[in-house]
Amino acid sequence: MNQLVTKLSLLCLLLVVGVAPAAWAQADLLGQLEKETKKDEPSQVVDATFKATRLINGHTVQTPGEGTMVFLIQHRFGAINSGAYQFFGLDYAQLRLGFEYAVTDRFEVGIGRSSMLKTYDGFLKYKAIQQTTGTHAVPVSVTLFSSAAIATEQYADNIDHTLGRRTAYTYQALIARKFNSDLSLQLMPTLVHRNLVMNEGEKNDVYAMGIGGRYKLTKRFSLNAEYYYLLPGYTADHFRNSLALGVDIETGGHIFQLHVTNSPSMIEQQFITQTTGSFFKGFIYPGFNISRNFTVKQRRH
Amino acid sequence: MTDYLPRLGCLLVALLLGLGSPGSAWGQGKYMTRAGHISFFSASIMEDIEARNDKVAAVFDLSSGQIAFSVPIHDFQFKRTLMQEHFNENYMESDKYPKATFTGQLVNAAQVLKQLPGGGQNVEAEGSLTLHGVTRKAIVTGTLQLRDGQLVVFAYFNIAPADFAIDIPMLVREHIAKSVSVRINLACEALNPALVSQP
Repeated sequence: MNQLVTKLSLLCLLLVVGVAPAAWAQADLLGQLEKETKKDEPSQVVDATFKATRLINGHTVQTPGEGTMVFLIQHRFGAINSGAYQFFGLDYAQLRLGFEYAVTDRFEVGIGRSSMLKTYDGFLKYKAIQQTTGTHAVPVSVTLFSSAAIATEQYADNIDHTLGRRTAYTYQALIARKFNSDLSLQLMPTLVHRNLVMNEGEKNDVYAMGIGGRYKLTKRFSLNAEYYYLLPGYTADHFRNSLALGVDIETGGHIFQLHVTNSPSMIEQQFITQTTGSFFKGFIYPGFNISRNFTVKQRRH
Repeated sequence: MTDYLPRLGCLLVALLLGLGSPGSAWGQGKYMTRAGHISFFSASIMEDIEARNDKVAAVFDLSSGQIAFSVPIHDFQFKRTLMQEHFNENYMESDKYPKATFTGQLVNAAQVLKQLPGGGQNVEAEGSLTLHGVTRKAIVTGTLQLRDGQLVVFAYFNIAPADFAIDIPMLVREHIAKSVSVRINLACEALNPALVSQP
């Protein structure tokens, strides 16, 4: 009996010894490989924090890849509280057409023309800090943005509207973090400088703090929100904080953004400092952005 | 009873030691690289898509004919940056599935390995390929060659995106090939067991 048990257990042992190493080695080889590569895990760039260069009205940390040109059509209808006679705003429209070009993966230049006050604008955007993962992770991306805008509308109000006085500048630091593949949030401390102000109690410099974000519901569809808080004492009392809610829909090379906002204009100098209507009293301007990317210059392999 | 228990105990201990310290065997007859090259090519009526990646980690165990490689998805480089973004964000979901891996075993390993010093060998490896979180059986064909102390590997195979739950929307279905061809080039260095045996 004892002998039988001994033999049986030896047999079992032999079986285990014979079979186990093969299975072990197979799984182990990959395990060891992973362990070996983990040691010098390079830092990985976190990209696609947002889909487009615009969150809704304002810019995101995104710059298009090197050699990419973006054609952007932005459109805002009239306020939906304007009544049936104005077809709830659809009779009326603001338009901005823009071109953007990424000189490098981090640096982008852009120009645009808005129908609001017949304004031309130009901007520079530079991604100074790139969010990364890995051993030396960087928690946020920071993009520096500056723009100049010239309103070319003709005036008959006997105020001096020379070129210099028609110009306004915006400086922003866009600070964003992609928390996971779905959620990205962005802070936008902003300074707008206007050379000429028209209202009592307005300062030439206006400080604002923007906050925005996106939440991806599917791979190609996200909800976006954006809010710019005006620091008190820099603008006239009747100006409001800009609020916008929208969605991004991405197809191959197009991004469609549909939204509602209380700001009819689409450049920083105007929507941050000159939004007059209250979102909650029906001063809601439905609108859309369509951006189309073209690869002008292919990257070298 | 009292006679064989100690012996059994000894055996068990030996077994556990043997299994528990794979590090002792790690490195013998093994070749490895962390800078292997992989590329894929998708040809369709609408457009050709091509990407390259030279961060492939691979290990070959010549004593057993076992193979493992691991590809960091984020490191694929495309000529068009938008393609690269879509590849990572929409198709491969590389935040969720950062690596593609293969583990397998050479077919006819003993024979192949015996003839290997004589020159290049056409080989086949059978194993499992994990991509986009989906694991499937795969057969990879290629060549092995020992050259200047390096194990040079060339392998090619096809991947159907649909097999790995890579969802391609209707709108761009004509742009992406049903079967994408993949090529791998590796130059693996012999591992020095003394250097890598520490856990």
